[in-house]
Amino acid sequence: MAASMKKHPMPEQDPAVRAHNFEEVALGYDEETAVAEAGRCLNCKVPQCRKGCPVQVNIPAFISKVKERDFDGAISIIKESNSLPAVCGRVCPQESQCEKHCVLGKKGEPVGIGRLERFAADWQMAKDEEITPMHFAPDAQKVAVIGAGPAGLTCAGALARKGYRVTIFEALHVAGGVLSYGIPEFRLPKDKVVRKEIANLEKMGVKIELDSVAGRLYTVDELMQEEGFDAVFVGTGAGLPRFMGIPGENLNGVYSANEFLTRCNLMKAYQFPKYATPIHVGKHVAVVGGGNVAMDAARTALRLGAEHVYIVYRRSMEEIPARAEEVHHAKEEGIDFRLLNNPVEVIGDEKGWVKALRCVRMALGEPDASGRRRPVPMEGSKFQLEVDTVIIAIGTGPNPIVASTTPGMDTNKRGNIIADEETGATTKEGVFAGGDIVTGAATVILAMGAGKKAAAAMDEYLKRKKEA
Amino acid sequence: MFRVLRKKELSPGVFDYDVEAPRVAKKALPGQFIVLRVNEEGERIPLTIADFAPEAGFVKIIFQVVGASTAALAAVAEGESILDFVGPLGQPSRIGSDMGTVVFIGGGIGVAPVYPIARAVHEAGNKVISILGAKTKDILILEEEMRSVSDEVIVTTDDGSYGVKGFVTTALQQLVERGEKIHQVTAIGPGIMMKSVADATRPLGIKTIVSLNPIMVDGTGMCGGCRVQVGDETKFACVDGPEFDGHLVDFAGLMSRGRMYREQEAEAKDHVCNIGLGR
Repeated sequence: MAASMKKHPMPEQDPAVRAHNFEEVALGYDEETAVAEAGRCLNCKVPQCRKGCPVQVNIPAFISKVKERDFDGAISIIKESNSLPAVCGRVCPQESQCEKHCVLGKKGEPVGIGRLERFAADWQMAKDEEITPMHFAPDAQKVAVIGAGPAGLTCAGALARKGYRVTIFEALHVAGGVLSYGIPEFRLPKDKVVRKEIANLEKMGVKIELDSVAGRLYTVDELMQEEGFDAVFVGTGAGLPRFMGIPGENLNGVYSANEFLTRCNLMKAYQFPKYATPIHVGKHVAVVGGGNVAMDAARTALRLGAEHVYIVYRRSMEEIPARAEEVHHAKEEGIDFRLLNNPVEVIGDEKGWVKALRCVRMALGEPDASGRRRPVPMEGSKFQLEVDTVIIAIGTGPNPIVASTTPGMDTNKRGNIIADEETGATTKEGVFAGGDIVTGAATVILAMGAGKKAAAAMDEYLKRKKEA
Repeated sequence: MFRVLRKKELSPGVFDYDVEAPRVAKKALPGQFIVLRVNEEGERIPLTIADFAPEAGFVKIIFQVVGASTAALAAVAEGESILDFVGPLGQPSRIGSDMGTVVFIGGGIGVAPVYPIARAVHEAGNKVISILGAKTKDILILEEEMRSVSDEVIVTTDDGSYGVKGFVTTALQQLVERGEKIHQVTAIGPGIMMKSVADATRPLGIKTIVSLNPIMVDGTGMCGGCRVQVGDETKFACVDGPEFDGHLVDFAGLMSRGRMYREQEAEAKDHVCNIGLGR
């Protein structure tokens, strides 16, 4: 059965067309394809796939439901463990999680678990699911969640379902965190998916206060002592973009990926001047880094009209941290991968604008602390890429605003909040934390996993508090 | 939504708004800023807080119409609302009772953010001398307010239509020459003015604080667009500032970055004119 060795292909927009629009790249399975793909699942006695899922979705059970065409049943099984399946089906790195453990993957391709998850979630969204508002007891305890990103939304949803009154404080004018400002429309549609998931939480009874910078408007202590919150969850994310510290990084035309993507996704600079926020794209763009954010920035630059976009990454394709699908899509769209290259200087013109990126070629040496082979510069190998925009996508550090205004909540030397891995408990009583602010920049699903674990621990904490 | 409670035009193209924002007003401190967005299509605009009234629940902003976004802000009528108003952001000014003699220098609409800082420094019991600079008499703002919080006020105009003819540095030089013992200078205004002040005080060894208002998006550290070279380090004006040691700021870099969107700004202004937003 050669056909079953491969996943059913995902219908996609043609690369030549999609490189110039912001519509979603992957179009999703139709019913017949989904049922057929579900039919590939062997329904193993001891399913390995679940082990790879940070929120332990009951994967074989939901796939069986898809096979039986009981799509309602499929989505309700997923939602027992995952509150944002339409998001996860699109952005999870399945190849290093659930699908990595699929038995079929040993000889051929694993079951397209992510694609099936997305199918089930989209199927339900298309029906405009009825959300029943929660009835909160008059004496229901109050929880404040700081940050409306994946960790905060998951934690808020889980606690609201348990009957707590939850208010999310979000610094930006739109909820969603990285789902709104970071991940582009062509990978995660905002109106169709992100806004809908958030609206569902609100319908359920979660309050979201936008434009509210916790730490400035209210400190954590004020939330607990003056605003009457019984517990607080901090999910402020990985806020501060890192730069390389090379000469020329402050020239005009050099962006952090955060700024470039925020201007485009959140502020809709791609519709300038209808939307007032400008963006500079240039004809030749170099994106520095090899993660998902780098791929997003490169593909966004292309869609904004850049003629040639480079990915400059200091290791090789083997070590590239982006999802396999993103690298594949980027290549299809014509992104020029310059691997084993490391920037050493941004060169400017006489007016203070970028005109080139000076790089050095690298070779892979012995494995470093991360287990990956360490890139070492090759002597005499410097060269220049003529570019007019440089986007730095080498990661982010923790945002200091909440931590620096919360005495008693300790951080490590990198500035990340110290929190228990299983419960999210910080060193301050009643305060929990999870997501990138604890782990450093990671993935949507890991942040959601942390939000979920923290919600369970907060439930325990709040029960104890009520009894005391 | 944040209602504009009072709207005044201080001089042509310079507006003074009291914006209803009780939560921000309660927490605001001198030296901090807010970010606002006029409407759904609007840019996020950072503005240093010109005053705040915790009891009455408003924050005062003073701005000059320079591009499409400030034109859209100026088109908001008294009683109408601004969509987003976020703050207070940034580090507040350091204010103590042991500051000695502090010279405040405000250039153009830079006088607006100077006012609450000067008031706090004055109330803390320090001697305040203020230098207010304007191109010409008609566009000088907040003179009366500044007099109420200063031991002495010197006005300078470029054309000599009022006060001392010359720049703010001319007046600063006069203070130095008359033997005034100055412990600190705080200068807020156009980049070139702050640079001139810092250049003048550097050889004299007078501590000089400047408040920067670079291009930024979120105002909370997320985008890094407001980065500026301060000494050997790159700082983010939004979370590390907006105030920095004026002797360490790379003003050339700051001013260059301020010009990054000049072409787009012209295009946006045309767009606004065409759709009639600018009025």
